[in-house]
Amino acid sequence: MSKILVFTEFQNSGLKRSSQELLQFSAKTGRHVVALALGTNAGNGAAQLAQHGAKEILLCNDSAYDAYNPELFAVAVSESLQQTGATLVLASASSSGKDLFPRVAAKINAGIISDGVEISLVSENTGDEVKVKKPLYSGKCFATAQFENCAVKIVLMRANQLPVASGDTTKVATISEVIFTKPSLKTIIKEIVRGASEKLDLTEANIIVSGGRGLKEAANFKIIEDLAAALGATVGASRAVVDAGWVGHSLQVGQTGKTVAPTLYIAIGISGAIQHLAGMSGSKVVVAINNDASAPIFQKATYGIVGDAFEIVPKLTEEFKKLLQH
Amino acid sequence: MKIFVCLKQVPDTETKIKILPDRSGIDSSGVKWVMNPYDEIAVEEAIKFKEKNPGAQVLALSLGPKARVVESLRTALAMGADEAIVINSSESLDAYLTAKALASVIKTEGPAHLVFTGKLSIDANQSSVPQMLAENLSIPHATVVSKFAATPESSTLERDVEGGAKEVVQLLNPALIAVNKGLNMPRYASLPGIMKAKKKVIKEIEFSSLDISAKELKVRYSEYTLPPEKPSVKLFAGDSSSQVAQLVSCLRDEVRVI
Repeated sequence: MSKILVFTEFQNSGLKRSSQELLQFSAKTGRHVVALALGTNAGNGAAQLAQHGAKEILLCNDSAYDAYNPELFAVAVSESLQQTGATLVLASASSSGKDLFPRVAAKINAGIISDGVEISLVSENTGDEVKVKKPLYSGKCFATAQFENCAVKIVLMRANQLPVASGDTTKVATISEVIFTKPSLKTIIKEIVRGASEKLDLTEANIIVSGGRGLKEAANFKIIEDLAAALGATVGASRAVVDAGWVGHSLQVGQTGKTVAPTLYIAIGISGAIQHLAGMSGSKVVVAINNDASAPIFQKATYGIVGDAFEIVPKLTEEFKKLLQH
Repeated sequence: MKIFVCLKQVPDTETKIKILPDRSGIDSSGVKWVMNPYDEIAVEEAIKFKEKNPGAQVLALSLGPKARVVESLRTALAMGADEAIVINSSESLDAYLTAKALASVIKTEGPAHLVFTGKLSIDANQSSVPQMLAENLSIPHATVVSKFAATPESSTLERDVEGGAKEVVQLLNPALIAVNKGLNMPRYASLPGIMKAKKKVIKEIEFSSLDISAKELKVRYSEYTLPPEKPSVKLFAGDSSSQVAQLVSCLRDEVRVI
């Protein structure tokens, strides 16, 4: 039976939703699921790995792994693969996942497919046949990616793409405390500066409220922030307002910003340039609020209101506040 | 001291993507090819480094069908790169083979003091080549870099991570820096720059002359599709209060997303 190695990530002591998705998917395939858990947060949260489907946990409860370091982590992943003989690696297409795994792939001559939105796994005589659907051109189109000529296959899945159920507290896993080789490092992490917002990143957010040039000036962006706060949503922006300096580049949605896939995307004062529409094309439900009925954003929207954002958005914020308080 | 900058030519972001009838790829007829926007930022940073470090030499490197890729290399030369090299290959190489080829050429033409790249290319969106290239060259890397400063021995940088957080990282040189938007504003090529670039010889290397087997390709794409068409938008009528009420009710009861 082939083994799947799931690279798990923790936020404080909680197992990230994206890791829960990967463990649950892996468990459903019937394969032996090994979770790799690095750092002291993982040490505190290891029980959750079993609840979501890990049969075996490689735990390295060492504060050296509390901050992500590509050289250090690449060795840990490579050694985990040697130790377990796993032939498929699943990880989230998070900042660290995307930074780390291409380096691992080059190190061990593995194949890698990033930003998967669908994955299927079929047993063949020659091994696992893995098919991954992924967006190209930031979501202007999709393609199916498949591996060739590689003993180890690495798939990075986007968050919020696989179903996740609550954990089963009766499940248990064997925990192996492991120590990995620490190479002499040429990468030194000096400092981690926390973001102003503790909200989920755009790429992981379930609800996004985005603002564009229709808001006229930087100060008016507050109505976007207020609506996002009422919904517990992450704030996004169009390129025009990022270039104008109203908000930082980390909030930009689009082909030269972030590609997002929330359940709900609310676009306010955004006309919908082709690059922006590409970046948000993975959204399930899209709401557009714009005073121009001919704006292209309405062609991609599920619901739309043609009208004045300054009148509509504060009312919407009030409605959501009332609704979500109860 | 050699500074390499790796760049890719991609369809302009304005491009409307069309799929070939057999769904084996995109229809590239009529596509306007440009330098990947993140790679422009990489070229700018390499040139800025040269301006601060006399004696540094900037080599622009690209892989792809040479007939069109040389145009983006000319742009890099016009911006201020000293030399350009094209690795002539078909379009179908994956990140693994691309990183092998780039590493092979950098080893021969180098050694590199620094390698600059964009954080990703806006076509395949893999963000894989920079990290693979760094591993192949046995040098450290940092991706999504939005601030950069270097001493001869090391590079100090900021990288953007999740939720607006930033990591301050020091890399011991030689190192690879994969840049994000916000690091700099790429310059426009000056007219004298463009004239000078036209006269420069772009070195050509055949992918097939490198000791890399195209049979080692690891990822293949098929079954291209366009995103599913959305049903027509449901627009709400009435005054703003009524529109808001209808919207909230649909979000709650029809699609149940809140």
